[in-house]
Amino acid sequence: MSKKLYVARSPRIAARMLGEEMLVMSGQGSTLFTLNPTATVLWQAADGATPLDEIVERRICSEFEVNPEEALRDAEALAADLAKHGILLISEEPIASKLPVQEQNRP
Amino acid sequence: MSGLMQEMGDRALRLGVPFSVQVDLTYRCNEQCVHCYLDHDDHGEMTTAEIKHLLKEMAEAGVFILTLSGGEIFMRKDFFEILEYARELTFCVKLKTNAVLIREAQAARLRDLGVESIQVSIYSHRPGVHDAITKVHGSLQRSIDAIRFLKSQGLKVVMANVLMTENMQDYHGVRALADELGCECTLDPTVTPMMDGDRSTLDLNAGESVLRALFRDEALVGNADEFCAPPPAPTEDSMNSVPCSAGHTACYVSPYGEFYPCVQFPLSCGNVRQQRFIDIWRDSEQLKEVRAIRLRDLSSCSQCAHGSSCTRCPGLAFMEGNMRGPSTADCEKSFARTGIPSKNLLAKKENASPARLVQIQLVPAITGSRLSGMDSAASAVA
Repeated sequence: MSKKLYVARSPRIAARMLGEEMLVMSGQGSTLFTLNPTATVLWQAADGATPLDEIVERRICSEFEVNPEEALRDAEALAADLAKHGILLISEEPIASKLPVQEQNRP
Repeated sequence: MSGLMQEMGDRALRLGVPFSVQVDLTYRCNEQCVHCYLDHDDHGEMTTAEIKHLLKEMAEAGVFILTLSGGEIFMRKDFFEILEYARELTFCVKLKTNAVLIREAQAARLRDLGVESIQVSIYSHRPGVHDAITKVHGSLQRSIDAIRFLKSQGLKVVMANVLMTENMQDYHGVRALADELGCECTLDPTVTPMMDGDRSTLDLNAGESVLRALFRDEALVGNADEFCAPPPAPTEDSMNSVPCSAGHTACYVSPYGEFYPCVQFPLSCGNVRQQRFIDIWRDSEQLKEVRAIRLRDLSSCSQCAHGSSCTRCPGLAFMEGNMRGPSTADCEKSFARTGIPSKNLLAKKENASPARLVQIQLVPAITGSRLSGMDSAASAVA
């Protein structure tokens, strides 16, 4: 059985919802990214305490019509990609970093 | 600006989102720069709680880029408390400072808080020139030391150089200093009037010959022939374009809570101490008026050869008396760049000629009755 993965939003990023997409700026080199709706859900749920498979099951499979196993594989790949850019932290243990407040902005 | 950032700015414009906001935390300052447009006395700055409340409202309104400026931001004892809260709200935070109060500890704290960039005002690479502008002995060395501390923390630093009569020979030296310290460098050749309308600071603006040389300097502009080429004819698209982001995707809040379209556009739209930020942004009649303006609506500029390529600042136009009028400082830049006078400059020349002749005849040995008559003529033209 594979180990559980925990994901947390990096405290070094800047982020805001703009329309349907999450705009994220990485502290590494001021690089700007936009997250599509699925990636946005994953990023918003990345509290460092909830395992990735639970996030996929509760937040992604419930909101999007996707196969759970395939969704988990995609989420792991996405999390690794976001971690590479300094947007997300990944660990096999819960992550107890101070997280940015999540604002549900209403433009 | 990156392609994606431009795209996000365009999207914010379509959605009506205040994408980028500058908040001045204080007008107090530890330098007394000769060209500064601010009144440095404290007339009742927002409290820590008021600023935090404002930041919360701004985050809810969708603001992404937050520029904290002043005055000197480090003059506020609660600066790091405000910054920490801003970062908790995940703003992309940019700072503008003279950096005189930044030492190792402050630089490390800025890194820990994930500040995007720090803009530091540097007027010359020569202490005598820089310190004469700031009126603080040793200020250049303090600022350079601070930049080294910031760079040692891996932070992005931008040197901001305002060009004026006092330092017009030194921009190459500032650029070389920026390269040496690993900073970006910006050069702004415009000194603006004071916020209260006093235009005496405009005397510090570098003259036309300096601007002309600047726009021909390929180290700054790339291909000078292309940069200084005659302006293209305005297109239908350009006639329907918005003049700049002020009031469209950007705005400014003063230390006293006054809400303006831009730091250079002192048209009060409301006060965040009395109204919610989003209510002013959405409902202010002044902002609606600013947003309604297109190039085709500008009486002089829409007929001008430079109409589609001019850097016309609506705030400077407003300070000249008409937000739909020309900004003479930008007319002068367009002229210095291309050698083609703007419609506004041509009109000024036509109107000014007779008055100048009269003024030449004015000098001392004129009788009292004639002098008063001449003064009336001159002031009528002015």
